[in-house]
Amino acid sequence: MLYILLSSLILLFFAFTIAAFLVWAERKIAARIQDRLGPTRVGGRFGWLQSVADGIKILGKEDIIPKDADAVLFRIAPYLTLAAAFSWFVVLPLSEHFVVVRFESALVFLLALSGLEIYGVLMGGYASGSKWSLIGAMREAVQVVSYEVPLALCAVIPVLLSGSMDLVTIADSQSGGFWNWFLFDNPFAFLGFWVFVVCATAGLNRAPFDLPEAESELVSGYMTEYSGFRWAVFMLTEYVLMFVVSALAAILFLGGWHGPFPLADWLGIDSLGQPWAIWLRNFLGIITLLAKALLGTLGIIWARWTLPRLRIDQVMTVCLKYCLPLATTAFFGSLAWKIGF
Amino acid sequence: MSVRSRNVLPPEYWQSYEIQTEDWLINMGPQHPSTHGVLRLVLKTRGELVLEVTPYIGYLHRCAEKIGENVAAQQWIPYTDRMDYLSAMNMNLGWALTVEKLLGVEVPERGRHLRVILAELNRIASHLVAVGTYALDLGNFTPFMYCFREREKILNLFEWACGARLTYSFIVIGGVRADLPKGWVQACEKFLSDFERAIPDLHALLTQNKIFISRTAGVGVLPSDVAIQYGCTGPVLRGSGVAWDLRRHGEPLYTRMYEEYDFQIAAPDENGKYPKQEIFPPVPREAVVGDCWHRFFVRMYEIHESISIIRQALDKYSQIRGPVGDPIKHTQKLPAGEAYLETECPRGQMGFLVVGNNSPVPWRARARSGSFCNLSVLPELCRGVLLADIPAIVGSLDIVLGEVDR
Repeated sequence: MLYILLSSLILLFFAFTIAAFLVWAERKIAARIQDRLGPTRVGGRFGWLQSVADGIKILGKEDIIPKDADAVLFRIAPYLTLAAAFSWFVVLPLSEHFVVVRFESALVFLLALSGLEIYGVLMGGYASGSKWSLIGAMREAVQVVSYEVPLALCAVIPVLLSGSMDLVTIADSQSGGFWNWFLFDNPFAFLGFWVFVVCATAGLNRAPFDLPEAESELVSGYMTEYSGFRWAVFMLTEYVLMFVVSALAAILFLGGWHGPFPLADWLGIDSLGQPWAIWLRNFLGIITLLAKALLGTLGIIWARWTLPRLRIDQVMTVCLKYCLPLATTAFFGSLAWKIGF
Repeated sequence: MSVRSRNVLPPEYWQSYEIQTEDWLINMGPQHPSTHGVLRLVLKTRGELVLEVTPYIGYLHRCAEKIGENVAAQQWIPYTDRMDYLSAMNMNLGWALTVEKLLGVEVPERGRHLRVILAELNRIASHLVAVGTYALDLGNFTPFMYCFREREKILNLFEWACGARLTYSFIVIGGVRADLPKGWVQACEKFLSDFERAIPDLHALLTQNKIFISRTAGVGVLPSDVAIQYGCTGPVLRGSGVAWDLRRHGEPLYTRMYEEYDFQIAAPDENGKYPKQEIFPPVPREAVVGDCWHRFFVRMYEIHESISIIRQALDKYSQIRGPVGDPIKHTQKLPAGEAYLETECPRGQMGFLVVGNNSPVPWRARARSGSFCNLSVLPELCRGVLLADIPAIVGSLDIVLGEVDR
């Protein structure tokens, strides 16, 4: 019990650091894409303390609850999203032995958590007492029913290939070089990965699927009436989710903490049999997974600053008309491949 | 006479639906990120479907016309700056030409070419804002920054020429306030060639982007007859396939400035093809003449054309020596009578009326705004579209509220 509590606290700290880093990184990357400089003052040349400054500024903001708002739900909503997003870290393995709770149906648990996160958004949009917020929440609901099915179908492909829903087992069955990754296991899994990427982006409310918070249409969507710390919680959640979804994609399709080449095997780290060798291996694994997840995050950020926003009917078209048949094809194709070969 | 987006079901379909949701009145603006200033739209919506849009204007009314009746004609120039503050040179030009028509003043040839350079450069700057903010309306931030980066260079050129970056008051009645500084022409040529290299980025991010096309093509279709009935002008009219450009079809005093120049009127034919199509990105199959995509593309096309006009004008300007015109005195009396003249501003035809009665102060000064008429067609365009199409349509009309309200 104490072990779980302690490691959760460490992970919470880790998650906040990641979120703060990503907020800064997004600003810098967006600036680079847009021919600007981005933050340059706080913390030296690269403005790497910008997130801290932002956080302090946000804490000093006036905390407003609109007159028409449902005060209780309005207060609960951001923390529900936050709790759901941070719970991902409980089962998300960072390396072979770096996982707080390792249990058999971790993947299903994560998919359920991604559904729970939606409740916060719906609740916030409904409780704000603003029409813009409510429309944002409704859009979120429409988006969820659109992307959830193909997303789940694609997430099941690695389960199919590895024969387990335990994320550690899934990642470990891809060890030994990039040719063993599920991405390259068969052409259908390759297709499934890209459908997963599209649907995961939709799930993250990132451009081109950022309709629930479309700033040019709905002012700020479900976040319109939020200010100060509660708004920051929504924002942090977005960045935490961006990281964990990328990490999940890396674990499911890109070999998790296994590098593109089995360096540890070539160097013979395992055969040493020393405790420090296992620590070293885990440490290298964390670095590898972080690199993959951050690369995925970079892709998501890049897409946001390049693409315009889709319309709600186009989101449904993309998810249900194109992604769903593709995901089904990928799923059954992988199944046939698995049985056939 | 009904205009409807192709992608959306007509309201009749929804009304026949068994489960009815309550109609909502939503107030969009005057403080809203995508109403381009202080426009207020009252939307009657059913879920995401917009049944009716009513624009409310007047939040930026500054009594410009009444002021015009209390100051000398020359003194009204700064007030015209503040009408369409994104193309102040063109506003100055419109008023200056109108009063020159009343006075019968001729501007020397060098001054005429200089006016063309300034007006077309300002047209590019104005269209860059239109294109950039349009991208912003559709949720794409990056082209906005690219456009503003290029616009900044134009503003630097203007600042060098006249000291102001936005409200120039540089083209005045009787000519231009001053000649260009030394080295300006070379700097302008350098800007044009740099800018030409930056345009493909905009085409890649917007014109040819699949999502951009799906958001704009077939949305807010404005047939040419409706556009003419509502008095729409400028890129909005030309986007509907009417090849009408006052630089070619206007009054002699205005067209004489442009008659030596070679340029195409940016308007699609009935098949949606543009003149000199081969040097431009292809028109997407989904685009219908008169939709948001064509209105957007007309502006991109005019940017190309303006570059070529400025190149010709710089050439002609440099070859001629002589004065650039002599600004009239504030005390110069306007003869009894009236003059009206419309010019092709970036946002449509801007008409000025001046009535003189042997006094330096006009008896009546009136401005006819292109943005105002373009905005008036909005309720017609926004019937039965989705909520997300509203910014797309408003942005494609490209209004400046300072000009609508005056």
